[in-house]
Amino acid sequence: MSVTTLPPLALVQRQPNWLVRLFDYKPFLVVMCLAPAIGLLAVFLTYPLGLGLWLAFTDTTIGRKGEFIGLENFQYLLTDPLWWNAVFYSVVYTGIATFGKFALGFWLALLLNNHFPFKSLLRAIILLPWIVPTVLSALAFWWIYDPQFSIISYLLVDVLHWRTSNIDFLGSPWPARFSLIAANIWRGIPFVAISLLAGLQTISPSLYEAAMLDGASAWQRFRYITFPMMMPILAIVMTFSIIFTFTDFQLVYAITRGGPGNSTHLLATLAFQRGIAGGELGEGAAIAVSMIPFLVFATLFSYFGLARRKWQQGESND
Amino acid sequence: MTDTVAQASTVANAKAAPDTMAWDSGLRRLMMIYLPLGCFVLILLFPFYWMAITSFKPNAELMNYKEHNPFWITSPTLAHIKHLLFDTAYPRWLWTTMLVAIGATTLSLIASTLAAYAIERLRFRGSPYVGLGIYLAYLVPPSILFIPLATVVVQFGLFDSPLALILVYPTFLVPFCTWLLIGYFKSIPYELEECALVDGATRLQILRRITLPLAVPGLISAGIFSFTLSWNEFIYALAFIQSGANKTVPVAILTELVTGDVYQWGALMAGSLLGSLPVAIFYSLFVDYYVSSLTGAVKE
Repeated sequence: MSVTTLPPLALVQRQPNWLVRLFDYKPFLVVMCLAPAIGLLAVFLTYPLGLGLWLAFTDTTIGRKGEFIGLENFQYLLTDPLWWNAVFYSVVYTGIATFGKFALGFWLALLLNNHFPFKSLLRAIILLPWIVPTVLSALAFWWIYDPQFSIISYLLVDVLHWRTSNIDFLGSPWPARFSLIAANIWRGIPFVAISLLAGLQTISPSLYEAAMLDGASAWQRFRYITFPMMMPILAIVMTFSIIFTFTDFQLVYAITRGGPGNSTHLLATLAFQRGIAGGELGEGAAIAVSMIPFLVFATLFSYFGLARRKWQQGESND
Repeated sequence: MTDTVAQASTVANAKAAPDTMAWDSGLRRLMMIYLPLGCFVLILLFPFYWMAITSFKPNAELMNYKEHNPFWITSPTLAHIKHLLFDTAYPRWLWTTMLVAIGATTLSLIASTLAAYAIERLRFRGSPYVGLGIYLAYLVPPSILFIPLATVVVQFGLFDSPLALILVYPTFLVPFCTWLLIGYFKSIPYELEECALVDGATRLQILRRITLPLAVPGLISAGIFSFTLSWNEFIYALAFIQSGANKTVPVAILTELVTGDVYQWGALMAGSLLGSLPVAIFYSLFVDYYVSSLTGAVKE
């Protein structure tokens, strides 16, 4: 009896709520759920990306709609020593800073992987440089690099007596370049160390036990277990790091603004200077677009170069 | 707690025992682990110490290393902070930054929760590709986008308005949060949802009553991370905001407080310290969520 009365009852309950039924209709629900995210990304990411590519081929300035001028912007850039200088420094900056961040970050991760008291507190402290707004810590570095009242100069001249004159950190090209790289490494170490630490903790201790039984030395354990096991995560973290170091803007803009004598311009700061501050939107967009080939190359290199081992061994590519 | 530490250290000692004497291994541990760790911590924290100590130093001490030890303050002062709070628009900048960060975080949390749920749980044809597309969006750096975005913002009539930032920040927050939440949703057993479906719950009820409560840690991680990223954002805020009153803290300190040839280091450092405090406090409350979201996003 009850079996026959149940279906109509359920029908009566559900029939009037067409809205509820609509929201339970899967394709509709999928579209509704994806709409906000896809909408935001389409309007403020995909469209500007395409618009940027278009602007790079026009002579748009602020307040004037530009016309299509073909490759003229890029031809101009190729003859512009400042652009070449920015490309050169971007590559140097990315190369040295990435190397420094990963060497020191990996070392720090290995240190943190040991047992000692107050470990979680220490881990929390170490992430601080990454949490604090970059511009604000960059200002602290600017003050540390002050020509007259630099604390590093004070330490070297008045306390240790290693030098007789203050270091001119930001006054001449090469010292300024290396000062910026040092600040970038300082900011990058925590992210690398904590991500790699997470990777280290996933390596099974039984591998080390087996290697120790076979008489492997500490270096061999690092070289043949830790390093290969870390390759996939290294590849991902390095890809991210290279992309965001190459396109870095904040540190350079806050500390030197491209000076002295335009020697520390990265492509991003040069694009800002020409595009927004100078009003030449087309040329600025061309500089920004000129970063793309470098980024694609760096991504492919770091990702496939490092992740190669993984798919050579025939593991699933997750 | 102390027991486990003691155990761990005895285990470490036992491992080193065969080839080294006990005191030697202690010294070795000191040289190989504690000394480098100490150096790392010292270098990583020194700029903050320097920032903090500079903001409480009177100008006389700030510019005179001969008579005052620069590493310490003899007569601390609140003059720089007072100048910042009462003679500049600093409270206004803090308020704008807070508003923008909260707005952008809310918007991106809603958008990415729905997107992650659709991709992970409503499995439709092509859902992995939508996920991959959103992930790729994360790899597009703001430095490439800010010039065309500036023209888009002008087209929409949002130039110089904090609303522009609230709408633009999700471009880097949504990919990150979606990816993080997909990972969290994956960890929730699908059987729970099936039970609810069998009991006659609608999809939205399932999301609201079952999936979301279980994903609260993921939502907190995504939320605090988005808040921090929006608080720290610089290039968009620099390019889209022009009037002094609407600037966010990082931009305002750099463009409004850096004036003339003589830098007011005390005020600059006080501004940096105050601007860092909200995220630092936030961070100290949610350290574990930060670490888990940072590592979770990388592992996914």
